[in-house]
Formats: sequence, C-alpha cells, structure tokens
Amino acid sequence: MIAFLSKRLGIGLVTLLVASAVVFFVLEILPGDPALLMLGMNATPEALASMREQMGLNDPVLVRYFSWIGGMLVGDFGRSFTYSSPVIDLIAERVVVSLPLAIISLILSTAIAIPVGIFAAARRGRMGDTVSMGVAQVGVAIPNFWFALLLVYVFAVWLRLLPSGGFPGWGAGVWPGLKALILPAIALALPQAAILARVTRSAMLEVLGEDYIRTARAKGMPRRYVLWRHALRNAMIPVLTIMGLQFAFLLAGTIIIENVFYLPGLGRLVFQAITQRDLIVVEGVIMLLVASVVVVNLVVDILYAVVDPRLRVSA
Amino acid sequence: MSLLEIENLRLEIGGTPILRDIDLSIAEGEVMGLVGESGSGKSMTALTIMRLLPDAARTSGRVTFDGIDILAAPEAAMNRLRGDDIGMVFQEPMTALNPVKTIGEQVAEGIRWHAGANRADAEQTARQILDRVGLPEAKFPLSRFPHELSGGQRQRVVIAIACALKPKLLIADEPTTALDVVLQKQILELLRDLVDEQKMGLLLISHDLAVVADMADRITIMRHGEVMEEGETARTLSAQVHPYTRQLALASMHVPDRKKHAPSADDAARPLLSVENVVRHYPGRRTSLFSRPEPFRAVDGVSFSIRASQSVALVGRSGCGKSTLARMILALDRPTQGAIRLNGAEVSAMSETELKPHRRDIQVVFQDPYGSFNPRHKVERLVAEPLHLLEKQPGPAERREMVAAALHEVGLQPRDMDKYPHEFSGGQRQRISIARAIITRPRLVVADEPVSALDVSIRAQVLDLFAELNGKLGVAYLFITHDLTVARAITDDVMVMHEGRIVESGKTIDVLDNPQSEAAKALVAAAPDLHRALQKRLAEQG
Repeated sequence: MIAFLSKRLGIGLVTLLVASAVVFFVLEILPGDPALLMLGMNATPEALASMREQMGLNDPVLVRYFSWIGGMLVGDFGRSFTYSSPVIDLIAERVVVSLPLAIISLILSTAIAIPVGIFAAARRGRMGDTVSMGVAQVGVAIPNFWFALLLVYVFAVWLRLLPSGGFPGWGAGVWPGLKALILPAIALALPQAAILARVTRSAMLEVLGEDYIRTARAKGMPRRYVLWRHALRNAMIPVLTIMGLQFAFLLAGTIIIENVFYLPGLGRLVFQAITQRDLIVVEGVIMLLVASVVVVNLVVDILYAVVDPRLRVSA
Repeated sequence: MSLLEIENLRLEIGGTPILRDIDLSIAEGEVMGLVGESGSGKSMTALTIMRLLPDAARTSGRVTFDGIDILAAPEAAMNRLRGDDIGMVFQEPMTALNPVKTIGEQVAEGIRWHAGANRADAEQTARQILDRVGLPEAKFPLSRFPHELSGGQRQRVVIAIACALKPKLLIADEPTTALDVVLQKQILELLRDLVDEQKMGLLLISHDLAVVADMADRITIMRHGEVMEEGETARTLSAQVHPYTRQLALASMHVPDRKKHAPSADDAARPLLSVENVVRHYPGRRTSLFSRPEPFRAVDGVSFSIRASQSVALVGRSGCGKSTLARMILALDRPTQGAIRLNGAEVSAMSETELKPHRRDIQVVFQDPYGSFNPRHKVERLVAEPLHLLEKQPGPAERREMVAAALHEVGLQPRDMDKYPHEFSGGQRQRISIARAIITRPRLVVADEPVSALDVSIRAQVLDLFAELNGKLGVAYLFITHDLTVARAITDDVMVMHEGRIVESGKTIDVLDNPQSEAAKALVAAAPDLHRALQKRLAEQG
C-alpha cells in the first residue's frame, strides 16, 4: 500500500511540474504586454520601462519561471496587477465559496444519481427504467443556466424561500452562507446527476450479468439484497472515475452558474483575470486547479483499491 | 416418492420453445446424469429447478421438489429453498465468485441468511465446510479473496457455498469442464463423497459421457430440448438402444482415420522445428524490499524437435507451462535462454522484420472459436489475414480465390466468405480458424486445445479434418491439450510437461498405455474413459 501511494504521489508531482511549465510558457507567448495593460495605452515609454523593470518582466524567461515556482512552494503566488493584492489572498477569498459549492453539488448529484441508476438497472426495459432514464436524458440536455433561472423564479421570486443570488460571506454565519449556495448547487448537480445516473445504470447492468450474481441468487439471496450487497460495489469503479472528473469540473467550470447567482467564485476570478491579462492570477488559479485534480485522482485511486481487492496487490 | 419430480416441463423464452415435455426424477441420495450437446436445454432445465430463468421465460408442466410446487411457489419461498435445500455449482469457477468479497463472507453469507446464525457461528460453520472441501485454514483463511485462489480452489469454494447447509439436492452444471483432468477427478470425487455423506440427490450436468458414466446411477440424454432416453447408466450406455445415444457414444470415442503423408527422405532427416534448452522466466513475487525476487521458471530447460508432417501432442495440467512454450514457438514471446529453430533458422533471435517471412510457415488455431474472431469482419477478411506474410501480395481476385480454396479444404462453401462469424456454429467457426491457419500453406500448425470447447459430435468432425489435412498437405501439428483422448486420436508422439519441464516423451500409444513418470501416471489415471467406467459399473452390478 505504501509503495502504491508513493508511486501515485510521485506521478502527481511530475504532473504538477509539467503543468506548471506548460501554463507558464503558453501564457508567455500570448500577445499582450501586462505593463502596457496596467498603465493604459497613453503611458510614456519611460513609465512603461520602469514598470516592466519593477514587475521583473525584463528578466530572462527561465529565471522568471523558477522564481514563480519557488514562490508557489512557499505560498507566494505573486501579486495581481489589477487587484494589487497578493494572488493567494484573491484565491483564498474565492475558494471558500467554490469549494463548498463543489462539495455540496457532488453530494447532491451522488445522492440522486446512484439510487436512480440502481433502480433503473434493476428494472431494465420496464416502465421505471424508461421514465428515469428519460428524465436523465432531459437533465443532460437542459442548459444549466436556464435551469438555474427556473430555480430562481420558483424558490426566490415565487416562494421567497431562498436568496436569488449573491454571497453574504461566512462571517454572517453558516446558515446564510449555505442558503446562498443551495440553488446554485442544485443547478450544478442536476446535469451531473443525470450523467452519473446513466453511468451507474450501465455499470450495474454489466455487473448484473456476471456469473457471481447468479451464484449469490443461487444462495437464496433476494434480488434487492444482491443488488445492493453484491452488485453495487463491483459497479463502483466507473462511477468513481466519473465522480472524480465531475468534482474537478465543479471546482472551476462553474462560471456560468456563478454569473447567474452573482457568486464570487474561482470561475469568475479566472474569467476576469483573463480578460484583463492579469496573467499571474490566471497562472495561480490554473496551478491550484491542476493540484486539486491531482489530489482528486489520488483519492479516486485509493478508493479503487478500497473497493476492489484485486487492485491492492499490483502497484 | 422422488425428491425431485419433473413432469411435462415446457419452457419458452420470448416465444422460442426451449424445452419440450421434459420428464425427470431424482431420488434421495441418487446421482442423475444429464447429458446433451450445447443448446440441448440441460442448463435451462437446471435453472428452471432453481427458478433462476430470465425474465422473458414462460414455463408449464410440473416441477415438484420435496412436495413443493416449484413453478407456482412465490419468490420468497424460492429464496428459502435456494442455497438451503437446493444448492447449485456452476461451470466457470473463475467468474462464479464475487471478486470484492472474501471467501469467508461468501460462504458465511448463505448460512447467516438461512440459519439466522450470528456472524461468529456462521463463520465457524463456513470454516468447517471449507476444511471439508479441501481448503484448510492454514493456507486458506476466511479472509482470502477469490483472485488469490486457482480455478480448482475456487470451484471448491463454490461447492462449499452450495453444500454448506447440507442441501437435499445439489445441481452441478458442468462443474469440471473448465478444469484440467487431474483437478476434474478431485472435484468429482469430492462431489461423490459429499453425496454419500449427506445423502444428497445430485443432478450432474455434463457433455462428457465418460464423466457421467463414472458418476451417475441413472442418466438422462437430451437433445434439442427433448429427452431422448432415460435409464440406468450402465445399461443405457452399453445397450445404446436409442440411435442418438449410440451416436453420442461413438462420437466421444471417435478416432479419425489417418492416412500417413509419406515424408521425403530430406524432410525426415532434418527437423522442421527444434527447441533447444529453452527457458522462460517471469519476474517472481517480491518477498522482501531488499532482495531480488526469485524468478518464476515457467518453462525450465525444454528440448525437442518436430519433423515435417509429424503430429505431436504436448500434454500437461493447467499451469505446467505448455501455453508459455507455445507462445515462444509462435514467436509471440522470447525465451530467456535457449534457441528455437524453424527450418534451421534461429527464429527466437530474430527481429520482427526478419521474422516475417518465417511466420507464414507456422500458424495457430486457438481454443475458443467464439473469442478469436473480430465479429465485425467478414470471413473473407478473417481468413485472408495471414496473407500479408506472403512475399508477393495477391490481388483482390486472387485473394478471394485463395480464401475460397482454404474454405473448401476445411469443408465450408466458398460463398461463406461473405458472411460474418456470428452466422456460424461453434464447429464451423473452428473450421474457419483452421482455414485461416492453413491459407499460407504453413509447415507447422500449433493448436491450443482446439476441440475442448466443442461438442462431442462436432469435435469428432474437427478431429477428422485435422487428420485429413495432415495427410493431404503434410502439415505438422503441435497439439497442446490436457485431454488425452485427443492426444490418442490424432498424434504420433506425445510429450508430458510438468512444472516447466518435459518429464516424459515417446510414441503416444506407448506413453499413454504405459506411463512411467508420476506426472504422466496422474494424467492417465485421471482421464475419464467411457469404456473403463462402463466396465467398472457392469462389474459392480455382476
């Protein structure tokens, strides 16, 4: 197990290093001069030159790359040009919104998808299967911003139960913060749940055709027991894979929903940074996302081994 | 009254009739052999008794077990019967156990469910039954997972699950078909002892007449979903009143008529294939962080040679290294040490490019006629596959001609080349793979268990085909098999392999009639033999 973990960790670190190089050098060759952007089109050449010197833009590329990496290792992600505050502070402000949102959405979508997927697989070809998979199909097809607007209309405008947008900050207490995240989490979870339910269904169907399911039935185990106790765990591998991918997406791919609900999340931060050529912020956020994907994959790998004993030996 | 009574059982699945008017009965402590070829409805009969049929199945007639009307019983009543009063053992031990649960959990589960025992008691009972089936605690604690066991050991676990609660009826559906002969004998003896100890009725389903003749008190022979003949085993199989019984018995003892291809003096002198001191290591399991793991010697210093048009059998138990050796001969794997020469050229040391012209001289036929074809390719493309090995590539018309000729040689129609593999039966598919093997006119064909997946009558035909091609084309064979009847039927010489070494070799008849090494003796003793089994039964009855 230790050999397995250290190998996966090593792979994760290499991934991070490669990603950092790609992120840095791709942004390096993009057109647009950050100093010019900061000072505006009318800046004098002298002011521009001293700004470039101050921002360290005149140093050789490799020197800047390594000082960037070295800074990140000690938690210094640099300073944003546009917000003129440390990138790490900007990220920290947003993570407290994006991370809980992603976790709530993932819990919601899993809680909906797995029972629905199992239910549909157990009733393959019958009414329940057709209806639940039809609903899932619609769930995949509906654009989530439209669904979000619908939620706002029903719960905020009509029923007046939940806020229509904005985020009060955790300083105002846990409940107001959570309340602000409920509708966006539902809007995000729906399409994810629809996809996950379909994956769960097909994984379950495959497992239900296996010989050991017949063995369990021949032992006298009722259908429902076999479904939950024998089939589900075997069907978890593809489900875990998709859940890992979805979590990574939920952390940063939520810009549309953040805009609909006016939430200060990571998606909005990176979007604004890109439009303003605030490269140091873009780089920082991307590295954070790469790191979170690496961690999520590591967790998924460990869960694989927990679920399936055959994956514990080979490493 | 019988323990199990089946009367006029009919079964349809999705409107297709599967079983017609089946009658069958089993008394307490009786072994009933159910014999038939694939598709005859044997397994469906078993699944009907368990009521584990697919959802689309419709049944009529009567199935009475211990006074209970099985076909009309509610599902909850069936759940009480299954695993308690009726146990079932399946054909494929490799997939019959849940890979994510320990063997202890899987055996104890049924005990807890039926007997209402607590975990500790259930585990104790599970321990006892696992000891009984030959899996002692020292080597097989309850915490073992299925993937840590071999096929034979897994089948013992499945038997333990089925017999844990001392069922009144045990159904064993081809319980040994996936195992080698020595394991087969052990498993059959275990079943026999359990039946005697617990006074169980046993429904033993098999396609192998010899196995059934050895085990069963009475026999039921099925074909196309109907019972052909039923009766006391020895009498039914020796009298062979029913023509189908006779046909089955003849097919299972079939020996093809072999016309020897006269080798030229040149061919006879020079070996076609020579294997010299071949060793193949696989990295072993690491036991310590610091020492290098001891390599596993899958093939351990093997030498032999095959002459043109010679037919040689390589026999041995599963895991003895015969398939590893075959892969090296086919140049799909390289020896760790030693050399393999084909026509004098050392193929084991060649690069892939250098190998290409030699590959057409050596072709292969695999065991599974279902898995060895791409289902989306037509027969023409499948059979023509090895043609890229020829120096001069044939044009489309010439290619079709060659495929047609190859299909004709294996007894298929040239027009079959425009069909897909799923349009053919298992035996026909094996003919297609033989056509693919001979299209480049190879000098040697390696056949890995080429008939063990086939029914007896089809197997007889395919063996005839192998014999005919040997005579007509002068192609040499290396048959890899654990089935001694195949070796006896079709080969001149035999080599017995055991733990990576060839422990005995010689003329097939001499070795099989008078084995010298322990490994060969064990194989011969375990091989089911219809003649011997019938003689024993008749002698017992006086």
